[in-house]
Amino acid sequence: MSRRNSITGGFFIGLTAFSAFLIIAAIIILLTVIIIGGKGTFSWEFLTTFPYDGMMKGGIFPAIYGTALLVLIMSVAAVPFGTITAIYLTEYAHEKSKLAQTIRFAVRTLATVPSIIFGLFGLGFFIKFVGGGMDTVFFGGQLKWAQPNILWASLTMALLTLPVVIVSVEEAIRTVPRELREASLALGATKWETIRRIVIPGSRSGIMTGTILAVSRGAGEVAPILFTGAAYYLATLPTSLSDQFMNLGYHIYIMATQSSNVDQTLPIQFATTMVLLLLTFTLNLTAVIIRARLRRKVK
Amino acid sequence: MKEVKIKTRDLTLFYGAKMALNSISLDIPEKEVTAFIGPSGCGKSTFLRTLNRMNDLIPNVRITGEVLVDSLNIYDKQIDVVNLRKKVGMVFQKSNPFAKSIFENVAYGPRINGINHKARLEEIVESSLKKAFIWEEVKDRLQDSAMGLSGGQQQRMCIARTLAVEPEIILMDEPASALDPISTAKIEELIFELKKNYTIVIVTHNMQQAARVSDHTAFFYIGELVEFGKTKKIFTTPDKKHTEEYITGRFG
Repeated sequence: MSRRNSITGGFFIGLTAFSAFLIIAAIIILLTVIIIGGKGTFSWEFLTTFPYDGMMKGGIFPAIYGTALLVLIMSVAAVPFGTITAIYLTEYAHEKSKLAQTIRFAVRTLATVPSIIFGLFGLGFFIKFVGGGMDTVFFGGQLKWAQPNILWASLTMALLTLPVVIVSVEEAIRTVPRELREASLALGATKWETIRRIVIPGSRSGIMTGTILAVSRGAGEVAPILFTGAAYYLATLPTSLSDQFMNLGYHIYIMATQSSNVDQTLPIQFATTMVLLLLTFTLNLTAVIIRARLRRKVK
Repeated sequence: MKEVKIKTRDLTLFYGAKMALNSISLDIPEKEVTAFIGPSGCGKSTFLRTLNRMNDLIPNVRITGEVLVDSLNIYDKQIDVVNLRKKVGMVFQKSNPFAKSIFENVAYGPRINGINHKARLEEIVESSLKKAFIWEEVKDRLQDSAMGLSGGQQQRMCIARTLAVEPEIILMDEPASALDPISTAKIEELIFELKKNYTIVIVTHNMQQAARVSDHTAFFYIGELVEFGKTKKIFTTPDKKHTEEYITGRFG
């Protein structure tokens, strides 16, 4: 190798290594700052109690509870709907049919829409249109559903996470070998029986991965729930679908921008961030493990 | 010759614009073994799959002509393909057990047919596994995953699974091509036993296998049926030069 080549080669090796190092450094700095800032406040009590004294003191239990409830209702909506869509796309729709292509285009587009747009859509569609309609028809114009609540927030979030579910389930369905479908059909099973007894069970881990990724995404997003249901502070937990709720991501946002004394709440912000990161990190890791096992099974 | 079980008339099949089968007319006798031989890509597997309409699953396939099973045209609009496949079972080249227990694999067909009574299912599973000569090997581990069986055992279990639906015809698409000689011998023995009660159509690459197990042999070449007759005759004094060349290994 000529001297010139070895110099440029060395330069690029250095450059790539440096870029990789920057990413790792960013993560380490991020985590260190959060842990140092939050560890004094983080405790069992912090996780299990309500905030008090104008949220200057106390824990974040209602925010954890609200986040959990949000992703639960969201999953109930997004997972079955996404799974059914994925089954339609892979099993029934012709690859080149106009309808299937339109759905795929819609799914891809949905995945790239900025999350704040979902928030605005939720406000306009679910609260004003659906909620307003429900109030007019069922409650004689009395204000009941035409306002932010956990149902509308969850459904808005479900729209945001739908592409994640669809793509994961589609991928899993495609890993079910053609031979197994043929075996089932050759035994006199109908297409639907084959899907129900062979394809869906064979895609279980993909449905699981999709759910977890959707939950992790839903737990971390704030913009879609800004106008659709998240509350600044609530003295009680939500007990009905028409109640508002507190949320981890939103809690961090208001603590950092709306609190009467931002500096004083800094430890709470850090500790809440720790909780949120821990939650999404654990969820993502689980999804990665399930997906890796699924891929190994295919080979 | 015995009764004709399957009769095809001018069966022609296109994949898109490509003709894969050219006007095949053939009579397959009941309760005997009919072998399809020929080089790769000659259409023998495609032809086999027209007999239980497995080609329906492949897009852009166009079929003309007739396939009569018990004198009924299976491509007729009134025919229920699900019922057809219960009558015409199929064993594939690669054993394809479901990711379920041995018991559930064999019980799959009966369950689909609405049999859920436990004792009845146990009875069917046992008799099917016995007919496929694998009962003794698996009777103590019916609840274990079928994926844990050896390749040869898996294939015999797949045959048992097909038998559990009580078909009248069994199509076999190179059922032993992925197996070792001992497992292959077991499958051949099994075919010999099964022809007492079932009409068997087998596609094979292995000339000796065709000679050993079959009563009739059809030789296919590039989508055409070149010659069809008694296996003994095809392998000793074929009418067509082409057949002789293939059988003696001069091409293929």
